[in-house]
Amino acid sequence: MATKASRSAARVMMAPAVILLLGWMLVPLIMTLWFSFRNYQPLRGGDLGFAGFDNYIRFVTSSAFWPAVVATLVIVVGALAITVMLGVLLAILLDQPMWGQGVVRILVIAPFFVMPTVSGLLWKNMFLDSVNGLFAHLWKFFGATPVEWLIENPFLSIIVIVSWQWLPFATLILLTAIQSLDSEQLEAAEMDGAPVLKRFWHIVIPHLSRAITVVILIETIFLLSIFAEIFVTTAGAFGTKTLTYLIFQRVLESQNVGLGSAGGVYAIILANIVAIFLMRIVGKNLDA
Amino acid sequence: MYLRNALCAVSALSLFAAGAATAENIVIATVNNGDMIRMQGLTDDFTAKTGHTVEWVTLEENVLRQRVTTDITTKGGQFDIMTIGMYETPIWGKNGWLVPLNDLSADYDVADILPAMAGGLSYEGTLYAAPFYGESSMVMYRTDLMEKAGLSMPEAPTWDFIRQAAAAMTDRANDINGICLRGKAGWGEGGAFITAMSNSFGARWFDMDWKPTFDSEAWLNTLTFFKGMMDESGPAGYATNGFNENLSLFQQGKCGMWIDATVAASFVTNPNDSTVADSVGFALAPDNGLGKRSNWLWAWALAIPAGTQKEAAAKQFVEWATSKGYIELVASKEGWANVPPGARTSLYENPDYQAVPFAKMTLDSILSANPNSPTVDEVPYVGVQFAAIPEFAGIATDVSQEFSAAYAGQQTVEEALAKAQAIATDAMEAAGY
Amino acid sequence: MARAVTQRRKTFNTALAWAVGLVIFFPILWTILTSFKTEGDAIAYPPKFLFFDWTLENYSIVQDRSDYMRYLWNSVIIAGGSTLLGIIVAVPAAWSMAFVPSKRTKDILMWMLSTKMLPAVGVLYPIYLMFIKLGLLDTRTGLVIVLMLINLPIIVWMLYTYFKEIPGEILEAARMDGATLREEILYILTPMAIPGIASTVLLNVILAWNEAFWTLNLTAAKAGPLTAFIASYSSPEGLFYAKLSAASTMAIAPILILGWFSQKQLVRGLTFGAVK
Repeated sequence: MATKASRSAARVMMAPAVILLLGWMLVPLIMTLWFSFRNYQPLRGGDLGFAGFDNYIRFVTSSAFWPAVVATLVIVVGALAITVMLGVLLAILLDQPMWGQGVVRILVIAPFFVMPTVSGLLWKNMFLDSVNGLFAHLWKFFGATPVEWLIENPFLSIIVIVSWQWLPFATLILLTAIQSLDSEQLEAAEMDGAPVLKRFWHIVIPHLSRAITVVILIETIFLLSIFAEIFVTTAGAFGTKTLTYLIFQRVLESQNVGLGSAGGVYAIILANIVAIFLMRIVGKNLDA
Repeated sequence: MYLRNALCAVSALSLFAAGAATAENIVIATVNNGDMIRMQGLTDDFTAKTGHTVEWVTLEENVLRQRVTTDITTKGGQFDIMTIGMYETPIWGKNGWLVPLNDLSADYDVADILPAMAGGLSYEGTLYAAPFYGESSMVMYRTDLMEKAGLSMPEAPTWDFIRQAAAAMTDRANDINGICLRGKAGWGEGGAFITAMSNSFGARWFDMDWKPTFDSEAWLNTLTFFKGMMDESGPAGYATNGFNENLSLFQQGKCGMWIDATVAASFVTNPNDSTVADSVGFALAPDNGLGKRSNWLWAWALAIPAGTQKEAAAKQFVEWATSKGYIELVASKEGWANVPPGARTSLYENPDYQAVPFAKMTLDSILSANPNSPTVDEVPYVGVQFAAIPEFAGIATDVSQEFSAAYAGQQTVEEALAKAQAIATDAMEAAGY
Repeated sequence: MARAVTQRRKTFNTALAWAVGLVIFFPILWTILTSFKTEGDAIAYPPKFLFFDWTLENYSIVQDRSDYMRYLWNSVIIAGGSTLLGIIVAVPAAWSMAFVPSKRTKDILMWMLSTKMLPAVGVLYPIYLMFIKLGLLDTRTGLVIVLMLINLPIIVWMLYTYFKEIPGEILEAARMDGATLREEILYILTPMAIPGIASTVLLNVILAWNEAFWTLNLTAAKAGPLTAFIASYSSPEGLFYAKLSAASTMAIAPILILGWFSQKQLVRGLTFGAVK
């Protein structure tokens, strides 16, 4: 179908986007690679020479490395699990006939518009704070001892904050997908007397599988690099130091750009492992 | 000699003339603390006097620090004046990144700057940043609760007394915690507090060979004492409390005592914000009889990055903002209790200021801190609650995260110290000490 | 009979959905309410919901301290500009991927997405140095470019999925009638893809609006958007819940209002090719 002319036209049209992104990827990537082999410490006077693999070894053997990888995965997987599961349920609910559907949808998607810094600050101070937070008030009201959320359940707290922000996104995509579900098919199943759970499991979920994959893919990209939510809540304490946060500490707190760059290279490797893993699934599901 | 003075006068004059002739627009990066916010409100006075206009970049402390550090190390030139502290100034001064402030006008009276402040903001005797306000730390306590507990606060308490008083004042049923202290991770938050406290226990960060000493008895005692006391009498969740959290707890009447920055004195005694404004007393930070108290020394200061095109205008601003005249300006508008404290000797000689309840204690606290000899044993570094080396912020942030985890009960004090020792040793080796 | 069941179900659905919606929205609602309280009321126990002395004091304090409109305007320019630029670059690319696919199309798409995985802070110094050289520090142009590049993969991907849904026969027919490539894109493709482009624009405006790393680190006095505005309120001294709430409300209100007006568009259009 495609002629030779349209092929070359296609190349030309693709060129700007590809070149721009190639530049955006390659220039920082090469610079990161370059710095990762240098002993680059701005506060000590800048580039202090070739460092070999020192930065790489130091970063990976530091006691903070593996806990950071684990913390990253825990937060990503936790937030994904919550947003996908609640997202499916919420999408089904919002697809039902009801009064004031538009308003409810607005309420549900609103958290997506809140800046990460703002949502971290609001949650930390106004909800999770163990003295003045609303949860503490609620616990006190029922005669319980207020929970020190960020200390006793730091991962849960951060996952809840992040999930709150990303649940709207998952719900939106899943809702669009569910709206395209053939209602006749569902009604037929209902007529056949298939129980609710069975209908859900055999008709709704398979239909949503593509949408779920998309949600997982996009959210993973964003969740791997969450930063503000940790910065303003636990500041990396209580085991919540993710790989991104660790790199932040190395580059900006320790002012060791070489070491941080080596960390950046590890982060890229981790992201690509996750990406390959994801694309295996997505690739199957996205064959369009 | 005469000739040189004359030349100086001429060049100063021409500088001034140049400044007056071309009104510049200077960009100032600053921290969002109350005194700086007030300074922003008073900028019109500066503009009226010099014709220069000012643009402010006001950021939260951590963001500010990363922002100005990135800019100065890369020579980005985004700011004509940066607000920095005692930690950054000597390091940056040493690297030649700051304009030396050795030619300030006679009116300015450099000699009036408190020696402790001038010393902490200099490198090899040259002043690189002018203190906007200075602070130490001290005990702030509720006189009413103290009385109720049947105790009286000495002017210079010991840690044992503080712990005993904290336990006596604690009233969990009424939401009153005997003592509120910083436990939050971060070198400028809980890290600063515990380091200053450790000095009074005889601990130090590094020995004379730059070896970290977290395996010492003194550090173990510091941390055990801190955690023991806070678990007994501290607020819930103290491991995430920093300056702001404690300030608002104290203002709400939920703390019996609070040991923190002397500048907080004006906030807790301000009836607009504080529910306990008229029942606050002050005392020196506690000690253990080892000859060192647990108070720190800090200044927020204005520095001019080398290479700015607007050096003359920037200097005029620095002189204006840290002058005696500025203090009087604030006093006339907001009262003496709200002037930026801790920078100038003359302020503490002023009878109007001496009437302010926390003035004397602030000065005494500042005078009792010595950055060159912060702790009992000799140390190779300068700084009371920090060590002025580039690696410190990174190490101390990691270390304070381990400490916070110990306060939260997620690991023992011994485990936290062992990790701290490993982290610090590793980082110091990496830096080539 | 069936009708009654539906009615009862509808009531149940409505109640449940409203309850869930309010729970999710509550943090924002609480923030907005708190922004009208005095600092004392903001931390009062038991919490005060509606019966407190409503005050605009916090807003006037915040406005006195920072020039809100300047930050807002920067946010509008940066979010709008980067999205517009992104669309201009992405439409041709997405078109060629959708209508002249090759074996590598999907690889290119995935590669584009993978560029989003580079941790930003790791390249702060290199980018900062580059911006100094190019004179882009603290300019809206610089931020427009960076945010465009950050979001370009998402834009390309979204547009690609919309274009794919357009049947190729229509284009064939147009071509038969002698339409040029330009005409084809302008008069046939674009109108059909308008809903898709609209939701792409919306999503990217939101993402750009909320981006808080580059917008903070590459700006100083001139180009700072609302993320920089909020960075000066994140830890004020003393009681600050009410002031924080006021600043937060100011920072999120414009985008929240935009989102509300366009939620139909978002709900309809945000498919990422997930619907078949």
